[in-house]
Amino acid sequence: MSSDRNYLTADNSLRSWLFTTDHKRVAILYFIGITLFFFIGGAAATMIRLELVSPQGHFFTSDVYNRLFTMHGVIMVWFFLIPSIPATLGNFVVPLMIGARDLAFPRLNLTSWYLFMIGGLITLYAIFAGGLDTGWTFYTPFSTMYSNSHVVLAVTGIFIAGFSSILTGLNFIVTIHRLRAPGLTWYRLPLFLWSLYATAAILVLATPVLAMTLLLVALDRFAGIGIFDPARGGDPLLFQHLFWFYSHPAVYIMILPGMGVVSELVSCFSRKAVFGYKFVAWSAIAIAVVGFFVWGHHMFVSGQSAYAGLTFSFMSFVVAVPSAIKVFNWTATMHKGWVTFDAPMLYALGFIGLFTIGGLTGLFLACLAFDVYATDTYFVVAHFHYIMVGGMVTAYFGGLHYWWPKITGRMYPEYWARAAAIVIFFGFNMTFFPQFILGILGMPRRYHVYPPEFQIWHVMSSTGASILAVGYLLPLLYLGWSLFFGRRAPANPWHATGLEWQTPSPPPEYNFETMPVVKRAPYQYTLKGRERAQNA
Amino acid sequence: MHEPQPAMQFVDLRQQNDVAQLGMWVFLATEVLFFGGLILAYSAYRIGYSSGFAQAAARTEIAIGTANTAVLLTSSFLVAWAVLIARQREGRIAGLLLWGAALLGLVFLALKGIEYSIEYRAHLLPGLSFAASGPQAQATHLFFAFYFIATGLHAVHVAVGIVVLVVIGIRARQGAYSERYHAPITVAGLYWHFVDVVWIFLFALIYLPGRSS
Repeated sequence: MSSDRNYLTADNSLRSWLFTTDHKRVAILYFIGITLFFFIGGAAATMIRLELVSPQGHFFTSDVYNRLFTMHGVIMVWFFLIPSIPATLGNFVVPLMIGARDLAFPRLNLTSWYLFMIGGLITLYAIFAGGLDTGWTFYTPFSTMYSNSHVVLAVTGIFIAGFSSILTGLNFIVTIHRLRAPGLTWYRLPLFLWSLYATAAILVLATPVLAMTLLLVALDRFAGIGIFDPARGGDPLLFQHLFWFYSHPAVYIMILPGMGVVSELVSCFSRKAVFGYKFVAWSAIAIAVVGFFVWGHHMFVSGQSAYAGLTFSFMSFVVAVPSAIKVFNWTATMHKGWVTFDAPMLYALGFIGLFTIGGLTGLFLACLAFDVYATDTYFVVAHFHYIMVGGMVTAYFGGLHYWWPKITGRMYPEYWARAAAIVIFFGFNMTFFPQFILGILGMPRRYHVYPPEFQIWHVMSSTGASILAVGYLLPLLYLGWSLFFGRRAPANPWHATGLEWQTPSPPPEYNFETMPVVKRAPYQYTLKGRERAQNA
Repeated sequence: MHEPQPAMQFVDLRQQNDVAQLGMWVFLATEVLFFGGLILAYSAYRIGYSSGFAQAAARTEIAIGTANTAVLLTSSFLVAWAVLIARQREGRIAGLLLWGAALLGLVFLALKGIEYSIEYRAHLLPGLSFAASGPQAQATHLFFAFYFIATGLHAVHVAVGIVVLVVIGIRARQGAYSERYHAPITVAGLYWHFVDVVWIFLFALIYLPGRSS
């Protein structure tokens, strides 16, 4: 803190931002990108919920409605959730946490942002130039033969953005392997890094299969090669296998980083080391590995063999075990800890509750018989929103608040942040819990006209969605406010362990004045630290 | 010639060498899964249409395919030699060897082009010019769709590899590499060998079915 020069003030020209190779600035570029996409995807969700208030569907035709939920899914999955925590918070804190000056490949990191934005803009163009009506899943042969929408263009955008995922994953793997500070052994790594490492492995190994699948879809549509077309001897089921071979592991891309953030938050705000560190660390790896062998549970009603269904059902139960280990260990971490309810901790607690509901309902769906009943109903919709929105988005906001002082050098207003966390929690539950009931009652997903007896639940859900929307707009306002008027942040406002807190806020251009040396395991929270935190 | 300095995020050249190599290995893991998806799809149909695929495969140009296998393997040998020499002495001779490998890469692409034009004239190009009849028409169509996608993607990889080998060859001739710092040669070599390995798989999958009986 000897001078005012840091990574933000080093050079203010637009050029210096667009050609930066500083991982912290690339993280900021990603923040801007994904925030844009989050609100576009959110706008689509708003229109969906508005339409569903009335059983007759007053506002949109079926064609437009199909395009709305496709837009919501495509943007939220590929342009918000997948990059969300890794590309923003991860990009920012990975080198700081391991005591490095940057990622292993700084230029590749910038390239990945450009690929992401180019892919995103192409997809956006496809959506606004006439839309896409296949759903985010691009099922064949509808997508390859019948859909009258911009399939090839949208697929191109996602294909390009996929390479940004791969490059980010590659960068993280190499960085965590090779650039750790002296003394920072694997078992001294913060759990956030274990999570990101597992995530990166999935990004690198699953994304190329999606790339190949989308390429085949585009060629099938464009040149009629017939690989997924039954009339030409092709097999549409093969598409589903290839698609879910990526898209199920992708679910773990969308939750593992959140789990990593929550491990940091729970430990810091309980002033206690994470209970069973090695179990939490290895459970991230276990989820990544087993997650590659459960894709068939998306295809229980597709006509795959009964033995395949049985195996995938069993594996889906197996993958729940490491997730449960994490939940139990976070709970045990809080036990006899010194828990404070700062905003990041409120988000972490929200995550644990919502993720547990999402995870348990996932076990319902892993049961073959129940899944046949619930397939393509709102039960499934509610389930994965509990994981992705209740889980990942909540963790993202938790991490964003936690590292906000480090990133911006400013404190956010605590009162408003706690209020927003609570509003989001209630709004979320009110939006999505009624959808479990709708699903059990038989309401199918992707329809905008429905029998009047479902209306009460849809109205509840839409009311909740409007509360949730307020909850998501609040941080945009008060975090924006804090950039200019927030209190200056000290280097370590939470009295947290972790190397990222040992350098000034915001960090200098190359992160550390002197290279740190690590001599201890992470999360060594002490009584003295507690008192200091109490007095702060 | 002065000793090159490590990039700012590295402690020393050794770490930089190390990082470059690990980065390439991770990238190759991505590539394996990329081609893996395609080979899985191919295998599914190969099992489903076993006799159709065997008959279609018999229509490929085995002579050109075999010659190309030899060309690519030889180029890989030159690259391996270049890496060895770069480790022992300075990289100038390695540069020549890399150029030699790139030249063989061009020969490979030229032969591939001849092969494509023969197939185009035989109306075996799905989507543009395809004509087949009889009970195996569908299987032939699918087989040649896979053939063009797989060898086409492979050819793109070869083309990228040629550019990389030429550029690194030039830098090696300029004396940019020494026995202490030669990561770009090693890394380019890894990539080129990978392209070679993919071809060996494709050769077996595409040219050899239906030849034994």
